[in-house]
Amino acid sequence: MDNIVTHAPDFFSNSQAESTKAIARSLWNRVLTSICVALSLLTLVPLVSIIYLVLKNGLPLLNWSVFTELPPAAGMVGGGFGNAVVGTIVMVGIGLLMSGPLGILSAIYINEYAPASRLSQAVRIVAKLLTGIPSIICGVFAFAVVVSTTGMFSAYAGGVALAVLMLPTILLTSEQALMGVQSAFREASYGLGATKFQTIVRIVLPDALPAIMTGIMLAVARAAGETAPLIFTALFSQFWAKSLSEPTASLSVLIYNFATVPFPHQVQMAWTASLVLVAFVTLANITAQLVFSKKY
Amino acid sequence: MTEDAARSSATQTPGRPDFLTVRNFDFFYGKKQALFDINMDIPEKRVTAFIGPSGCGKSTLLRNFNRMNELIDGVRHSGDIKLLGQSIYNKEVEVIALRRSIGMVFQKSNPFPKSIYENIVYGLRISGESKKSVLDEAVERSLRGAALWDEAKDRLHESALGLSGGQMQRLCIARAIANRPKVLLMDEPCSALDPIATVKVEELIHELKQEFTIVIVTHNMQQATRCSDRTAFFYLGKLIEYAETQKIFSNPGQKQTEDYITGRFG
Repeated sequence: MDNIVTHAPDFFSNSQAESTKAIARSLWNRVLTSICVALSLLTLVPLVSIIYLVLKNGLPLLNWSVFTELPPAAGMVGGGFGNAVVGTIVMVGIGLLMSGPLGILSAIYINEYAPASRLSQAVRIVAKLLTGIPSIICGVFAFAVVVSTTGMFSAYAGGVALAVLMLPTILLTSEQALMGVQSAFREASYGLGATKFQTIVRIVLPDALPAIMTGIMLAVARAAGETAPLIFTALFSQFWAKSLSEPTASLSVLIYNFATVPFPHQVQMAWTASLVLVAFVTLANITAQLVFSKKY
Repeated sequence: MTEDAARSSATQTPGRPDFLTVRNFDFFYGKKQALFDINMDIPEKRVTAFIGPSGCGKSTLLRNFNRMNELIDGVRHSGDIKLLGQSIYNKEVEVIALRRSIGMVFQKSNPFPKSIYENIVYGLRISGESKKSVLDEAVERSLRGAALWDEAKDRLHESALGLSGGQMQRLCIARAIANRPKVLLMDEPCSALDPIATVKVEELIHELKQEFTIVIVTHNMQQATRCSDRTAFFYLGKLIEYAETQKIFSNPGQKQTEDYITGRFG
């Protein structure tokens, strides 16, 4: 009993020792809180600087001609990168068409139908491994599978490379989205005599949709900005694409090409292309959030 | 039993005494046996209450009536449960059809994140009904049946999650009765509700038993006294005593029953 009495801090005690301890605790608390706040602000710095730089350097050349004209030849001024914008949208679109349904349906299987099975566990492990795959490997894979077999560089090949890049992210975030749906909803649905399919389509998916869309947007954002998968699958083109089976321009490869040439106009174009890319991704994000937000 | 309940039971025409029957029923969660040789007959258009301390198996038995326990891995049973004389485990019985003819209300109300209207017509939509007139009629009928029509009729297309706790539970009851089930299972429907909402739901149960056979699991013995016609007392997976509610609470046959209702253990 004595030990407890003498060693525990006493709320009502006025002793000098207690006061200094209290002051020290308070001070230490404030120091650590300040460090946390400072570090949080620090994380904003790279983000804000990128946005600032992209805006500052990219705005001067930003006008409609950028979307309607073709890339200028070396040393020339004027022109735009309309074909690159279209190319990025098309190839990300192809990639999404391939990886989106596949990722979401796989997530439905591993979370709703057989969550504990060996297959599901294997799928999860492989997906997690694939999220770390260097994007150039996706390019190499698409090169081997599409370019070598078809004998040509194409938007299809670029799309396949991006699909491989996006699939693990879409699958894993969709699984998380499905896990986030309250099991009470499923129970209520089964209790009313719904089949598993009806429950998934009418209750689970609609509730998980906002989170699934976030995952897709993350994947799209990454894919739109990747250069390595496209360098030797879609290559580049100075012209408008007439079909999907020919080398296709993309914003990321254009930025890559133009950023390092000794022509200031081209370099300026690269900044503007970066601005367009960031704006495109942000806009896609906002649209998805607005369209797919929870209504209830 | 209150005077009202006694009066309404007495004036009702007696239905089948064996509407829902349980015979030699054992139930296992994996290796653990949860129910031991249950035998009982549940009468039509009456309220039967299951009482007993936590873990005694009353919810387990309830959830077997609409085969909801099959959603859990590793469960098995032996013995039989019959609805209107037909085994619910018959190979020809489709679980989906069974669940549509047995409605369930859960302890914690779980309306879907949809509008009030969509919540109620969910059961009809999954059966293939899509005619607006049929759905509208079902919504009004069910909401009136759940004593929620006046409060909800002006906000049918607003989110169900905007209702109060008691209203949400009555919505779940409306949802359960929309499909005109034969039996209504209620698993501690009032345990998450305040006293005023509880009174409303209990009054509702009195109304509902004119049309539905009701089985209610309750922790609250006073509720069993107020609401039910027959009461079954379970303990550690066994059915200890099952008789008219008045008899169970005034003159129980088994000592264990008497100990439980007098609060010697809980």
